[in-house]
Amino acid sequence: MKKLVIIGNGIAGTTLARWVRKLSDFEIEMVSDESPLFYSRTALMYIFMGDVKLQDTYGYPEVFFEKNNIKLIHARAEHIDTTQKTILLKKEGTSFETSYDYLVIATGSKPTFYNWPNQNAKGVQGFYHLDDLQELEENAKHAKNAVLVGGGLIGIELAEMLQRRAINTYFLIREKWYWNGVLPDCDAQLLTSYIAEECPGLALETSLDKIEVNTQNEVIGVTTTTGESIACDLVGIATGVHPNIDWLKETSIETDKGVLINAHFETNIKDVFAIGDCAQHKMPPKDRRNVEAVWYTGRIMGETLARHLCLEPSVYAPGPWFNSAKFFELEYQTYGLVSSDRMKKENEIHFQCVLDSTNHKWITIALDQNNNTFLGINSFGIRLRHEVFEQWLIEKKTSDFIVNNMTKALFDPEFFKDYSQDIQKAYKRYKNEKNI
Amino acid sequence: MKKIYSTLGIIGLASLIVGGILSLAQTVILIVSFSCMTLGVVGYGYELHKHHKNGVYQNKLSSRGFTAWVLGLILCVFYILLYFYSSYLEPIIRLFDPLSANLSGEPATQWFVYGCLYTFSILVFGIKFLFKYRGNSYQQIRTLSVMFFQFIFAFFLPEIMARLHGDIPYYDFKNIWPLNYYQFEGWRVKQFVSSGGLGIGLLLFSVLSIFVISPILTYKFGKRWYCSWVCGCGALAETAGDTFRHLSDKSVKAWKLERWLIHVVLGFAILMTVAVVYSYLRSDYSKYLIRRQDFLWFILAVNGLLLFYLLKIKKSFLAKDARNGILLFGILLGGFVCYGLIAEPKHLFLLQSETLRKSYSFMIGSMFSGVVGTGFYPIFGSRVWCRFGCPMAAILGMQQKLFSKFKITTNGGQCISCGNCSTYCEMGIDVKSYAQRGENIVRSSCVGCGICSAVCPRGVLRLENDSPSGKLKNPLFMTGNTYSLNTDVLNKK
Ligand SMILES: Cc1cc2nc3c(=O)[nH]c(=O)nc-3n(C[C@H](O)[C@H](O)[C@H](O)COP(=O)(O)OP(=O)(O)OC[C@H]3O[C@@H](n4cnc5c(N)ncnc54)[C@H](O)[C@@H]3O)c2cc1C
Ligand code: SF4
Repeated sequence: MKKLVIIGNGIAGTTLARWVRKLSDFEIEMVSDESPLFYSRTALMYIFMGDVKLQDTYGYPEVFFEKNNIKLIHARAEHIDTTQKTILLKKEGTSFETSYDYLVIATGSKPTFYNWPNQNAKGVQGFYHLDDLQELEENAKHAKNAVLVGGGLIGIELAEMLQRRAINTYFLIREKWYWNGVLPDCDAQLLTSYIAEECPGLALETSLDKIEVNTQNEVIGVTTTTGESIACDLVGIATGVHPNIDWLKETSIETDKGVLINAHFETNIKDVFAIGDCAQHKMPPKDRRNVEAVWYTGRIMGETLARHLCLEPSVYAPGPWFNSAKFFELEYQTYGLVSSDRMKKENEIHFQCVLDSTNHKWITIALDQNNNTFLGINSFGIRLRHEVFEQWLIEKKTSDFIVNNMTKALFDPEFFKDYSQDIQKAYKRYKNEKNI
Repeated sequence: MKKIYSTLGIIGLASLIVGGILSLAQTVILIVSFSCMTLGVVGYGYELHKHHKNGVYQNKLSSRGFTAWVLGLILCVFYILLYFYSSYLEPIIRLFDPLSANLSGEPATQWFVYGCLYTFSILVFGIKFLFKYRGNSYQQIRTLSVMFFQFIFAFFLPEIMARLHGDIPYYDFKNIWPLNYYQFEGWRVKQFVSSGGLGIGLLLFSVLSIFVISPILTYKFGKRWYCSWVCGCGALAETAGDTFRHLSDKSVKAWKLERWLIHVVLGFAILMTVAVVYSYLRSDYSKYLIRRQDFLWFILAVNGLLLFYLLKIKKSFLAKDARNGILLFGILLGGFVCYGLIAEPKHLFLLQSETLRKSYSFMIGSMFSGVVGTGFYPIFGSRVWCRFGCPMAAILGMQQKLFSKFKITTNGGQCISCGNCSTYCEMGIDVKSYAQRGENIVRSSCVGCGICSAVCPRGVLRLENDSPSGKLKNPLFMTGNTYSLNTDVLNKK
């Protein structure tokens, strides 16, 4: 019987363990230094806001792991001896070892700080792990003013969380519009004006320059890149994440930004694999980044590696790209690729259709202007069916087809307005204008 | 602001009690009290939900804090007074005399007062709910529906009917047997029959509701057509109980208890009703259109058909313990009915039917559905009765599981396991455990309130009346992985 050790019990590691158990009789050990049970990192904000409790975010109850004979080890992995195939673990000062036949590294990410002066002051923090949640609870208790740095998905969650606690929040974003490194400008603009309504402290084209502290090394304010000083007692850093792999630098496993892997998730060392946020693909699939730090890709990697280890050689083969998020009360889903203006190819054009301007509902379809191929869709405030769009993207449907069949793809609850007619009309006008 | 509004609400409630005790001007007190309570609830709801829907664990009342226990205690005491010591409520009841006189022409009873307070709660907390879920048409229409059915069908029509046809018993169209366990008791049936065409029509309608109307509606829409759109118990749970919905127990243990308990209550309701009807029917046509024997043959036939349907045709839908339970009950009921046909005993189930009726009414009708079911809202959540006790829910739940088109669809691979859906499921269904595996949700207890879909931050859940087949989609890998499209290898394994 082979023994599989997984370091990290996030979505990637846990999905892997679950599927390996279904497909094999391997002995499975899962190591984590964070929560003993797999919880949903994406739900940290809901815990903070009092919507759910930590237990509600556990993917599976403790008995699930017992019943499936997945051994959970609550400890920190400190070192890997790849020749002896052993791992050095540490818990509360005591060290012990475990051995493996297969080792999978799924240690996730950690927040990125850009070496600002005083970034270690009390009251300055990132937001990724449970510890960060606890720290935020402490910091938010007495905070009156907060400054958030970084216009990504974690930043916007922090903005909502702090506003809910009635903390006056300044939200600094380097870009011209929120998230316009990812969204096309037309979407980023609409989204930014919505966010400005919800978070009046939004400051665009502004970033953090310096953090000011008092003699107790507590944060008392910041200076922005536009030269403004803001008094505050909490600074949230949300300028991105990077693979959590510092401790691997002393092993013989090859790393760059993340743990370097091929399409089978194999590292340079035999029987050592990496999946999830911490992995860096040497040859990513077409149109994919080499480090993908999202929930869904972690899950897909976990599924695929289980298949690879237990059934037959398998390569990382995610379907068409999809993702989702929520900006305050505004839901967002995306299927396929709608590129930002900066990244988009010459023939990609965007058809935006505002469905309801007071309630912030709109969609944007990306299409190829030469052959009308549908490339992707962003939807804000309306829900779309994943399976339907996956199929349409695989079959390379035209955007004419998509627009004419929109009803099939709507996923809003019953009695919600069916916008497919509006979309069709607007699309006709758009085609006339653009002469396509 | 929140403090001001809650104080206003409490003043409203207190003025009802004080006004009653001091016998102050009835109409003035009622108007002052109900206005204060309305303002209090609606204003508080506005403050609470103007930015956010839930945040229930930041609030003592909704997270089993001190205030929750106090409220639970008050509600329980109220129910005990109402059911068993209503003379203590006399001063308050008298306040409602003018209102009752206007409606039915009779002085108020404790049940009239209860009906007023009940309907009032559904209406004002309904307004709060409408505000909370603004922008969600499903929730808007559904809530207007429960408010309408409560106000018109449960409150207004029966009072008016009593005025127009004094001899017809209080009858709420939507209160269907076995939830309305007293529908076929002797005194009611006698009154229905003796009040002529309309009465007989109503009696027929109530039989039709059980055997024809409700199965058809459940086939088309799932049990939600009743439990979260029409029913009065559901209406209270969805409106006044909304603050407590997340307190439902999500453990597998609670699920096991639910499966047994609710069906035991159903069995009890059936036995009790059969015994009661048997006890007043005659062995000739002198009093009623049907005889004892006819009734017993009817029960025997229904029993046999149901056993055949459940154990033979739908065998694969039911777990082994469920099949055993059904078989046991079917044999028990069938046996007694045969014994009745052969021996024509005085008491069909050896016990006096009155004993059965009284104990059902005490244990189930008062204690379970009232004291535990509603009194414990702030502790166990809003649907304890509907989930563990309601025999009507048990029947509709079986229909939902066995032949309904209704299901909750999971949107491909979009779930992030955040747990909002499970947390806010008032029926204690662990929705997430299905959604995060990409499975659709088909559970007999689901009342289709749609809150899971409303609170899901990723647009994963949709209530649908689709084709009954294929509702148990169970993909291997979730959507988004190319290997989920080609499952041959996995299937072989
Ligand atoms: C606030 C927030 C919101 C997010 N929202 C979304 C979203 O809405 N949608 C989305 O797609 N993605 C979202 N993400 C990103 C998503 O959560 C991650 O991509 C995903 O959780 C990564 O999963 P993973 O299994 O690779 O790693 P992780 O979830 O990070 O799990 C790795 C685990 O390994 C442990 N570990 C690390 N090193 C060691 C060691 N040496 N020894 C033992 N244990 C170790 C870590 O403590 C951690 O518990 C969000 C992230 C955050 C922080
Ligand atoms: S609320 Fe939505 S995203 Fe969260 S666990 Fe439920 S289905 Fe998944």
